[in-house]
Amino acid sequence: MATTDTTPSALASMRARPAETRLPRTLAGLAWMRFRRHKMAMFGLGLLIAILVYIVGGSLVFSEAYANYNDTTRRLQSPSAEHPFGTDEIGRDILARTIYGGQISLIIGVLAVLLSITIGTTIGMLSGYYGGLVDAVLMRITEAILSVPTLLLLLVMAKFFGGRIPDLQLLGRQFSGSVVVIILIVGFTSWTYLARLVRSTFLSLREQEFVLAARAVGARDRHIILGHILPNAAAPILVSATLGVAAAILTEAYISFLGLGVQPPTATWGSMMQGATGAITRGQWWLWFFPGLLIVLTVLSVNFLGDGLRDALDPHSDKKI
Amino acid sequence: MRAYIIRRIVQAIPLLFGISVILFLMMTSVGDPVSTMGGRQRVASKDRDRLVRQLGLDQPIHLQYLFWLVGNDWYRIDTDGDGEGDAYGTRRGVLRGDFGSSFRERRPALDVIGDRIPATLLLMLTAEIVTVILALVIGIYSALRQYTFADNLITALAFIFYSMPIFWIALSLLWIFSVQFKQAGLPYLPTVGMFEPGKPVTPLEIARHMILPVASLSLISIAGYSRYIRANMLEVINADYIRTARAKGLSSRRVLWRHALKNASLPLVTLIGLDLPFLVGGAVVTEQIFSWPGMGQLFISSLDRADFPVLMGLLMLIALLVVVFQILTDLVYGWLDPRIRLT
Repeated sequence: MATTDTTPSALASMRARPAETRLPRTLAGLAWMRFRRHKMAMFGLGLLIAILVYIVGGSLVFSEAYANYNDTTRRLQSPSAEHPFGTDEIGRDILARTIYGGQISLIIGVLAVLLSITIGTTIGMLSGYYGGLVDAVLMRITEAILSVPTLLLLLVMAKFFGGRIPDLQLLGRQFSGSVVVIILIVGFTSWTYLARLVRSTFLSLREQEFVLAARAVGARDRHIILGHILPNAAAPILVSATLGVAAAILTEAYISFLGLGVQPPTATWGSMMQGATGAITRGQWWLWFFPGLLIVLTVLSVNFLGDGLRDALDPHSDKKI
Repeated sequence: MRAYIIRRIVQAIPLLFGISVILFLMMTSVGDPVSTMGGRQRVASKDRDRLVRQLGLDQPIHLQYLFWLVGNDWYRIDTDGDGEGDAYGTRRGVLRGDFGSSFRERRPALDVIGDRIPATLLLMLTAEIVTVILALVIGIYSALRQYTFADNLITALAFIFYSMPIFWIALSLLWIFSVQFKQAGLPYLPTVGMFEPGKPVTPLEIARHMILPVASLSLISIAGYSRYIRANMLEVINADYIRTARAKGLSSRRVLWRHALKNASLPLVTLIGLDLPFLVGGAVVTEQIFSWPGMGQLFISSLDRADFPVLMGLLMLIALLVVVFQILTDLVYGWLDPRIRLT
């Protein structure tokens, strides 16, 4: 009695399977295959590319001078063919401002996360690998940050550092020093989750045989930490970095919305919505709708991307969540 | 158990001390509290000197911190500016329950904070309760219908709301339910405040004013909470003991409500326990948009005027509550889940 698997026709169909459907051989290939099947992640990737095209391509169409050009004779115009997103309180074109504001919002998101990943990974590594006093001190610092509401801490820090960093000239453009302030404070307050994550990876791996083997052949701590244990934490770090960009963009928007974030003339999506509460009852919906929509779309696409990455890099996770 | 509680409290002391030092250092340079004391008039320089002396801002930073912590009733302060101490101070310090006087309102910082607590808790606790109830319903529903159309729709919606800045939700709700409804002649919701000035303050009136802020706060939290509950629920209903319960012939309903839900909601205790102390901090953005007279607004206005006794009081109060609630949460969790042993 032949089972269905060994019937000649089944064997033939197995042989006839086209080469493309064969499983990829590398880990990265496998991850990419799982990522591609993740509909929301692919949607997120597409949406993010569209937003990048909008803020990069848009700056080729409109100059920054145009985005900052104000003409009070055309103030508070509702959307029209000439100004598709309308104009703001001092007659600047909102469409052009969302393009340049978006660049700053994304730059802040990415740089703040790079800073926070660096701090979080370093603290997590040291804490988990060395344990003892180092661990106790670093974890108390982590707890201290977690004991104060993040937004309140950020606002105090924004006020503390505000105006201390001069405006910057970079790539022929002028950036308000407040951009640097926001990057620093968001980076310095958002690393706690990652630090704990990396710490727990190190705690569980430092006792394993491959670490013992590395030590036996005379590897230094530095080499064991960076070369042997850290690569095992690469996937969660990558996922949390991606999701961190979304969170950082939101955080920047909150601080700037409250008026303590990025200062004029530099705009971000958050700072463009600063005066929006008053605009509500006056019926000027375009002042807050477009920058807000762009924040939502960007954060959503990055979150989708991060979720897809998590599923792609950790095949077990889709069973749990 | 008692040893555990004592150890946790002892551990918390250096933590709170560290937080207070760092916050205090930042507070003293968030702005100049004296500059706005003259109202619209500029503060004359001799008045400024006197005010700075009265507030103790002329002292070196470590003395200012020491006075804040233990008071200055043991120290002769210089009140007339001749460089010599001539009277004992009157402050008793945080350790004796005196958080100093608000620079802005000239009354104890704790009173200023206390005035805001009812409005804040009313808003935040309502939002938290709405969040937890709806998130439980949605989370369990989507876990039981994993990968169906309804579950996928809920997942997509959760992602969308989770990605929204709260001010955009708040502004959108205001725009629809206050501005557009009013224009369309429909019954509309109020835009700002806790009640209409000049009208009698009834519970119904306050409830009407709470709908939009509570909805804004809840929509975002539900998105996160419901995902968490769904994940927990899925983990539990796939566990061996649930299969056993089904295998011995218990009804689905009994298995779900008596066996699964109990364990699935355990992690929720931690989540809520760690959330509660932060509720006291209010919702800075939401309160700002809806002019809700709560803690978030107090924080922003105090930050504007560099009123650091109030700011410090508020932040340290929350930090203290965080520590207390962490211990309480651990105790409750250990009581609910006998597998956990507190040592």
